[in-house]
Amino acid sequence: MSERASVPPKTAEPTDDQPTDERTNEEQPTAADTRAETKPVTTGAESVVRALENAGVEYAFGVQGGAIMPVYDALYDSDIHHITMAHEQGASHAADAYGIVSGEPGVCLATSGPGATNLVTGIADADMDSDPMIALTGQVPTDMVGNDAFQETDTTGVTTPITKANIFANESDRVGDDVGEAFALAGTGRPGPTLVDLPKDVTLGETEQEPGEPRTPDTYTVQERADEATVRRAARRIEESSKPVMLLGGGVIKGGATEEVRAFAIEHDIPVVTTMPGIGSFPEDHELAMEMAGMHGTGYANMAVTHCDTLIAVGTRFDDRLTGGIETFAPDAEVIHIDIDPAEISKNIHAEYPLIGDAATVIEQLAEAVEHSPQATKWRAQCQQWKSDYSMAYKTPDDEPLKPEFVVEALDEATSDRAIVTTGVGQHQMWACQYWTYTEPRTWVSSHGLGTMGYGFPAAIGARLAADDDQEVIAIEGDGSFLMTIQELSVAVREEMDITVAVLNNEYIGMVRQWQDAFFEGRHSASEYNWCPEFDKLAEAFGARGFRINDYDEVADTIQAALEYDGPSVIDVHIDPHANVYPMVPSGGDNGQFALTEDQL
Amino acid sequence: MTGGLEGPTPEERPKPAGRRNELGIRIDPEAEAARPHRRTVISALVAHEPGVLSDVSGLFSRRQFNIESLTVGPTETDEQARITLVVEESDPGIEQIKKQLRKLIPVISVRELDPDAMRRELALVKVNATRPDQVAAVADMYGGKTVDASPETATIEVTGARQKIDAAIEAFSQFGIREISRTGTTALARGTDDTATEGAQADDYQSENTHTVPADDD
Repeated sequence: MSERASVPPKTAEPTDDQPTDERTNEEQPTAADTRAETKPVTTGAESVVRALENAGVEYAFGVQGGAIMPVYDALYDSDIHHITMAHEQGASHAADAYGIVSGEPGVCLATSGPGATNLVTGIADADMDSDPMIALTGQVPTDMVGNDAFQETDTTGVTTPITKANIFANESDRVGDDVGEAFALAGTGRPGPTLVDLPKDVTLGETEQEPGEPRTPDTYTVQERADEATVRRAARRIEESSKPVMLLGGGVIKGGATEEVRAFAIEHDIPVVTTMPGIGSFPEDHELAMEMAGMHGTGYANMAVTHCDTLIAVGTRFDDRLTGGIETFAPDAEVIHIDIDPAEISKNIHAEYPLIGDAATVIEQLAEAVEHSPQATKWRAQCQQWKSDYSMAYKTPDDEPLKPEFVVEALDEATSDRAIVTTGVGQHQMWACQYWTYTEPRTWVSSHGLGTMGYGFPAAIGARLAADDDQEVIAIEGDGSFLMTIQELSVAVREEMDITVAVLNNEYIGMVRQWQDAFFEGRHSASEYNWCPEFDKLAEAFGARGFRINDYDEVADTIQAALEYDGPSVIDVHIDPHANVYPMVPSGGDNGQFALTEDQL
Repeated sequence: MTGGLEGPTPEERPKPAGRRNELGIRIDPEAEAARPHRRTVISALVAHEPGVLSDVSGLFSRRQFNIESLTVGPTETDEQARITLVVEESDPGIEQIKKQLRKLIPVISVRELDPDAMRRELALVKVNATRPDQVAAVADMYGGKTVDASPETATIEVTGARQKIDAAIEAFSQFGIREISRTGTTALARGTDDTATEGAQADDYQSENTHTVPADDD
């Protein structure tokens, strides 16, 4: 008889028993309640699945294959809902996005060899963006490891530089705890991807060892509270500041510190700039919001960062796309840097006030220590002036094709504040940053550090499962980006997922084309197509709904129709192929000298 | 191409007065002092398990840290090994090395040793034995031991600080050196000072610039 019949159906509420003290986990019930009637494990593979169940895992994304078959066989009896993806890269991006939206590690599985190597892009992506994710890979039997067996790859070797931690499972008795440990590490402290490599003999091997709750190893410690003396010094600096700026990174969202940083900024009237992963940490319709800084950040954000005297940076690693040239980054600012990872402090930008700890905890420490707000009336007026001087208003001339900015604004208009946006990488991604007004954390899902074209659609699949039913999931894609992972449409159709894709189609690898025009004398080497598929028809062939937009007057109605369709829909939006993204700071340039037009580059 | 936004041009905008150097530290643009590299010894206590050494060496190559030598061996505790690294970096680079090492899961503790720490290296020097008496005399001078002798060759073991080994090799070169194998530096802190234990991690941020360039000998 099938095990499925004897197990009570799982409740709809997300369960979670990850043993961390991160705030997002505080109010959730433990998985122990739902586990009373499970039968004892008999094999390593069952122990692997039990460890995932103990961790409260609801969804897993993966592709079957030889060496991972024992784990899939054990999954057959589990309540974990497995989504079979079209390609392992899609599995890793879906798991990554699931982690971004839910705050819990996303799970992906693949077999050995090509299965594992196909996961690599998604693992590297999660590593660059500190997204919680766990990858389980099959491996050839232990006694064949090192002999170049069929579908053998040194998976732990390949993934060491791109994982927070990885484990080669040695024993059937321990493999469940290996998985629990990897799960705990993925979500604790600074999140990141972890991997457990599972040789087939270890998963097939007999064991009665029930895995315990997920726990991090003894050698892993996380500092939650910052040094009090430094907090006091930083507080004095903030009080004395006349041009303060808060710079919010992805760590604010991952640390569940959104409420705390918003309250702090508003209490002390400090203008707020975000990084790209920090989008959503502060409402972009707020007066203090200067929005995103960096290469394609707003002019006013870049002016504020360049001219501030005190930079309160929270949960950011000062990526070069944010800083531009280090020499000219916030050159007059003393830097207060809050981060949970000590190695990020003074790695790229020297911090006068290093505050190591959990973002929410340290902001609360600072809030307590700051006795009066900085005297910055003039500075705030200056920031408002910059907002009007460097307005993001764009032109829509009658004699030019549809502008992508207009399409992004129309999508934003047609959806709720809690709608989730996923993107690929390129021009469309930048327009999605610039022209959608984000107000909520965990609604912006993108590939920031690694810059992975093809991320957007598989990410929408992961986001869809992590999101609430009333949250729309919109994948804003480029034609080049979408073509890289379009096969995952088959998954969205099969799983009946309500996802709306808007392909900002310029029939170019647009960002490359823009750079070629600016820096390579307009020589469009390998950036333009002679032919591009019709994405609406392609979508229909997959079983999704297809739409097409050519002009302004079709935009609102078509978006409405696509949103109303309960299932995956794809809008092929034919935009101005010559549209460029501005403002722009060239690589290594001075943020304050951003170009507003091509001739300023 | 189309697009573009309105607003003051780059030339019309105010420019800040300050600058940072390539390490992200704010500087007086008129008087930038160079950040010299210095050689130092970092000792890491690690879990004695497969893969630790490749984790550590991979970290160094991936992040382009300059490493002079790396030695690893067992300790008084079966489950732990000690890795001794000699690195040459600027002060911020050395801080970054320590912090990155601490992030590796199997790493238990990391410490930069004081300049007066005991440092030792072992070298095997194989020379032509055409003048055995003189080889023996040079070996004697550096406290070396002859560990192998054949009609054509003599192999001498020399132990000591790096400079002493360098000097010994220089002295042996007169006989014609056939081969050299050196172990790299291993080191321990002096007296009751623990080399690298759980409690010895507090040497960070505030003390960043208090280290002096160590004497290479003891």
